[in-house]
Amino acid sequence: MEYAVALLLLGALVVLVVAAPLRRPGEARRHEDARRAELEAAKEAKYREIRDAELDFRMGKLSEADHRTVDRELRAEAIEILRQLDSLG
Amino acid sequence: MDPSRKRKLRLVALLGVVVVLGAALVYTSFSASTEASSPSQVKPGRSYELTGKVVPGSIDKSGDELRFRIRDRDGSASVPVAYRGVVPDPFRDGREVIVSGELKGGTFVAERDSLVTKCPSKFTKKS
Amino acid sequence: MAGVGSACLLVALIAALYAAGASVYAARSGRRQFALSGRRAIYCMAGLLALAMGILEAAFLGDDFSFALVAQGSSSDTPTFYKVTAMWATQSGSLLLWAFLLSVYASLVLFLTRRSLREIAPWATAVLGLIGAFFLLLMVGWENPFDTLQRAPADGAGLNPLLRHPAMMIHPPMLYSGYVGFSIPFAFAVGALITRRTGADWIRSTRRFALVAWTFLGTGIMLGALWSYTELGWGGYWAWDPVENASLMPWLVGTAFLHSVMVQEKRGMLKVWNASLIVATFVLALLGTFLVRSGILDSIHAFGASTIGVQFLIFIALVAVASTALVVSRLPHLRSEARLDSLLSREAFFLLNNLVLVGLCLVIFWGTFFPLISEAFTGEKASLGPPWFDGYTTPLALVLVLLAGVGPVLAWRRVTWAGIRRALRIPVAASAGALVLLLLLTDAGDSAPSLVMFCLAAFVLAVVGQEFWRGAAARRVMTGDPWPRALTTLVGRNRRRYGGYIVHAGIAVLFLGVAASSAFLTQRDVRLSPGQSTKVGDYTVTYVRPTARLGGDRAGTGAPISFGAVLELRKGGHRELLRPSRNFYPTQDASKGAIGRFFEGEATSEVDLRWGARQDFWAAVRPDISELDGPIREANARFGDSNPNVQGFVIAAITDRYRRNPPPAAFRFIVSPLVAWIWIGGGIALLGALVAAWPSPEARLRRVRALQAARVGRELSRA
Repeated sequence: MEYAVALLLLGALVVLVVAAPLRRPGEARRHEDARRAELEAAKEAKYREIRDAELDFRMGKLSEADHRTVDRELRAEAIEILRQLDSLG
Repeated sequence: MDPSRKRKLRLVALLGVVVVLGAALVYTSFSASTEASSPSQVKPGRSYELTGKVVPGSIDKSGDELRFRIRDRDGSASVPVAYRGVVPDPFRDGREVIVSGELKGGTFVAERDSLVTKCPSKFTKKS
Repeated sequence: MAGVGSACLLVALIAALYAAGASVYAARSGRRQFALSGRRAIYCMAGLLALAMGILEAAFLGDDFSFALVAQGSSSDTPTFYKVTAMWATQSGSLLLWAFLLSVYASLVLFLTRRSLREIAPWATAVLGLIGAFFLLLMVGWENPFDTLQRAPADGAGLNPLLRHPAMMIHPPMLYSGYVGFSIPFAFAVGALITRRTGADWIRSTRRFALVAWTFLGTGIMLGALWSYTELGWGGYWAWDPVENASLMPWLVGTAFLHSVMVQEKRGMLKVWNASLIVATFVLALLGTFLVRSGILDSIHAFGASTIGVQFLIFIALVAVASTALVVSRLPHLRSEARLDSLLSREAFFLLNNLVLVGLCLVIFWGTFFPLISEAFTGEKASLGPPWFDGYTTPLALVLVLLAGVGPVLAWRRVTWAGIRRALRIPVAASAGALVLLLLLTDAGDSAPSLVMFCLAAFVLAVVGQEFWRGAAARRVMTGDPWPRALTTLVGRNRRRYGGYIVHAGIAVLFLGVAASSAFLTQRDVRLSPGQSTKVGDYTVTYVRPTARLGGDRAGTGAPISFGAVLELRKGGHRELLRPSRNFYPTQDASKGAIGRFFEGEATSEVDLRWGARQDFWAAVRPDISELDGPIREANARFGDSNPNVQGFVIAAITDRYRRNPPPAAFRFIVSPLVAWIWIGGGIALLGALVAAWPSPEARLRRVRALQAARVGRELSRA
């Protein structure tokens, strides 16, 4: 008996909580949001790589010539990401 | 050597190492393992890992050596065991134990410190 | 109240299934309100399971023996602390804990990612809902923690005394947090694979989830080892027992993932490898959960046949097969963007580190499941012991520590021999110096593997120290900050890197302790009478006098009787007292007699330990109470039916006999060098993990600002 009552009450509570958002009108799926978040994350990661490479150079793990090359590559990749971000509007 | 050939060579070398190590693993495990056995199956001549239950009333703790009888989990064939070393806390009449050693002259002479007693009733329904 | 508890479980099960369904519908139709609905269902699941846990704990604390679980695992005289933990010492209680932790973590993660990972999150919600549904189904269908007894007994059976230890309170929740924790990155990985979004965004989040789970699991494993060392009577911390191995395997593969995901982030390589690692980690975590409760392998933890073993196996097989199929179907999308150019790069070393870790896991897997493998091939169950495991894991561990030292020194993408030489000059010198000192001043040379490990540990610590030094120096050149500030900003701005270095240092210290304590252990098993002494290593230990106490046992576990010894420990000028004892707990078995049942029940060894930076002294006693058998038998006969107060006096008189006229007792003494550094190393690694996982506020702020700026742009263009 206690089991059945609890079942009904708890079930009703869950249905209330879960159904609340369903009454709102639907929002269209936005591809750009996901793509933008993806590019932002890629930009973050690329900036971190550039900073890491500079730290490595200053600590002596990368020679100056190597650092120049790596830095150039990474910055080019970052610019590409920024270009894609801009194209999203 | 062009890069792709170098890469293929590396892959082959890696696979070779893996195969050799894998073979070593398999070989050593089959030769180093102790066979598990129950009291009714144990035979003299090689070492076994004996699994079974302690026969109630058979525990004799006098002196440095522990003596008890071990019987099949479901059965009554039992074997006397002579053991030296640490006796685990849960060791008691009727408990399930694992002990390694060799059957010599009718008594299972156990390796030092090889006695393992299973913790009782931790996840079974009845205690 | 038990009825309410059962109802919670059933409603939670339905909510979990709804969460899965609604989320999948949301993902496929694009109707976002269903994703929100599905998330809310997971929140409901968490709330319901919290309520269920609360009801069960209240029953334990209130000694409500109509609950089968309370009657089985607790008693009115169990200390309160252990009444709370007794809940998860049982099969069904531990399932409830697992499901509860899963729902809480899932809720937390889904709440935190509600605005990000919008494409992946619904699929992750569905996966988490299905996993939760499985555990709830097990409880609802087979092992219900809210089963009640028709006739409630007057008192419960009591908690198994071996479990009455503070570490036992934290070990299961910590370990389960680790296992459950790995379901989060798994769920997001599945979502990422389904939606083909395995890019930077996914990597950033998954890495953090995996790191948190890895930290919990590692802590759980360490606590288990600590419990074994301080509570069990054998004095060791790791026995290559199947259940221990089951927790180590997902941790090893998780460590591999944490490293190789960085390669994917930087170079876009190893995508298939990473996806497989995440799947493997979760499958191994499920396997670990399953092994403890299945009884398929003989182990000190194995608990006989179980009613849910088959269901678990089916679930694990389903997860493994479905995940593999998913990965295979997405192979075209997971192609590497770059190739491994040179073996002398950080990428290559990370790959090597992965191979060693996965190799370790495979070796341990083989050894753990060997009884089943050999049974399949030869018809006989054969098992492998610690010597076999040690033979393989020792060299692999040595290579791992070496890599942990070399890796930090290399840069990404490009490395030159000159750079490496420059970076490794000091650490190699430190290592060589350590070698010379050890050979000259100690007998470390007696064990070659340990000697090598000591030198490698010195190597790693030197590398880490050098990284901090040079990094801070570099910052000073750039900003002119004083040393302390340079160090803190260095670590603060490079949390991942320097947190990782701290973890490496911790692991090196841990292996140092393991090598020293396993190879240079001194152990003596000896019988002593009061007044006798013996020498163990550098110590002289004397058995001063016996102890016999009623109630008030030193460990606080509620043991009515404890027999022990007072030992005097002397080394050089130092003097110290140790008090190991043995606690005796009464049994319900009436055949032992009313008095006898207090002496014939479970007994646990209460070890006494003198911690030390250089070595530990560990002592355990096994008092010989066989001489009390006569008086006990007599007491059973004469006082078997007397009232409890009289019986109490009788028991006191009998225990006093032991104190006045003690026979020789059996002692085990162990001197373990440097074993405390294992725990210290683990603590350092934990600290490093926290540093690495700590989110940096600036990055978050930047991200939020960027998204807000984009929103402004959109809304403006619409106006």
